[in-house]
Amino acid sequence: MRVAIASGKGGTGKTTVTASLARVWPGPLTAVDMDVEEPNLHLFLKPELAHSEQALMEVPEADESLCTACGACSEICQFKAISLLGETLLVFPEMCHGCGGCLMVCPAGALHPASRHLGEVLWGRADSAGFVMGRLRVGEAMSPPLMRAVNRRLQAMLTEEPGDVLVDAPPGVSCPAVSAVSGADLVLLVTEPTPFGLFDLRLAHQAFTPLGMPMAVVINRAGLGDEKVHDYCRRSGLPLLAEIPFDAEAASAYAQGQVLTDVLPTMRDLFKDLAAALPALAKPLREASHA
Amino acid sequence: MSIKIAVSSEGPGLDDMLDSRFGRAAGFVVVDPETMESTYLNNGAAQLRGQGAGIQAAEMVAGSGAKLVLTGFVGPKAFQALQAAGIQVGQDLQGLTVRQALDRYKAGQVQTAQAPNSAGRR
Repeated sequence: MRVAIASGKGGTGKTTVTASLARVWPGPLTAVDMDVEEPNLHLFLKPELAHSEQALMEVPEADESLCTACGACSEICQFKAISLLGETLLVFPEMCHGCGGCLMVCPAGALHPASRHLGEVLWGRADSAGFVMGRLRVGEAMSPPLMRAVNRRLQAMLTEEPGDVLVDAPPGVSCPAVSAVSGADLVLLVTEPTPFGLFDLRLAHQAFTPLGMPMAVVINRAGLGDEKVHDYCRRSGLPLLAEIPFDAEAASAYAQGQVLTDVLPTMRDLFKDLAAALPALAKPLREASHA
Repeated sequence: MSIKIAVSSEGPGLDDMLDSRFGRAAGFVVVDPETMESTYLNNGAAQLRGQGAGIQAAEMVAGSGAKLVLTGFVGPKAFQALQAAGIQVGQDLQGLTVRQALDRYKAGQVQTAQAPNSAGRR
């Protein structure tokens, strides 16, 4: 089972929930930090990151002496990463999405593959769990290609040590968030019972619905705000699985990089119950394939 | 012989306002400064583009045959693309109509730029 922990709004407690679930998870587990722009799960799970590799993406490089200025590459590129202006071919490697189209259509052999550094993939162990994360290069604008590299590493780890996966997703509902939840059997949406929390929960619910996987909600900082998130969950058939109370002790533990389940006994029970509730909600497909 | 000039604009006519954005300008009025005959290039597609609007606009201007652009702000990639196409850039113009910008150029009050004047979006 692969569970993605997402939100619309940032700072609702995705990492708090992921780290706590990881601590009390009943079976073999790999924890993944897919928030490659601002990874922070490692600050809580404190993994031993014994391995790392650089992630690269294929981008075109031009040999101007071979270019016939036919414009085929410029025409196929949807991102203006390669552009023919008069007789001059310009390549903007930082804008390339790595589709390889230009390399395929060049009739003159004037383009060859080069690479752009996306960032690094780091992996190792956090206690009994596997752990993998990505760290985007400062200045790199696109995170999904690095997230795909993290996912490839995860798949290799799962081949050696099969088990469940918890994915800590980035906030928002744009490409990085959609990439992070893709392939999940269940998406846990972490929100808070405030107007901001509700607004972004609705965005996330709408954005992820077309992906077809089941979703459920965890309310963090319960006791704040109002009842409108509860109303929304009821109306739209989103199961509300847990409410983490708004609590100074929890905030203090978080600020010190502690996992809630390690320091607050009531949280241990809450997250054990949450972990136990997930398999029944996850896409049945994956369960069938285990049989 | 005069060169054709492309002015980034908010509308199709000489009395529409100059659009101070180059890449995401609504369009370009392409003018023969001697006859003041003009044509209009709609740049509406650029508004939908996540990236590359400046390069796309430079391609469009290059395709029109213009050899000079009058505009407000040009990002680094657009500037590089315009240079590659051999198009000169008169920038820093704002709050003028297309006609006023052309008059200012004809009066020798617009210098052509050697470097972009905006960080661009990406």
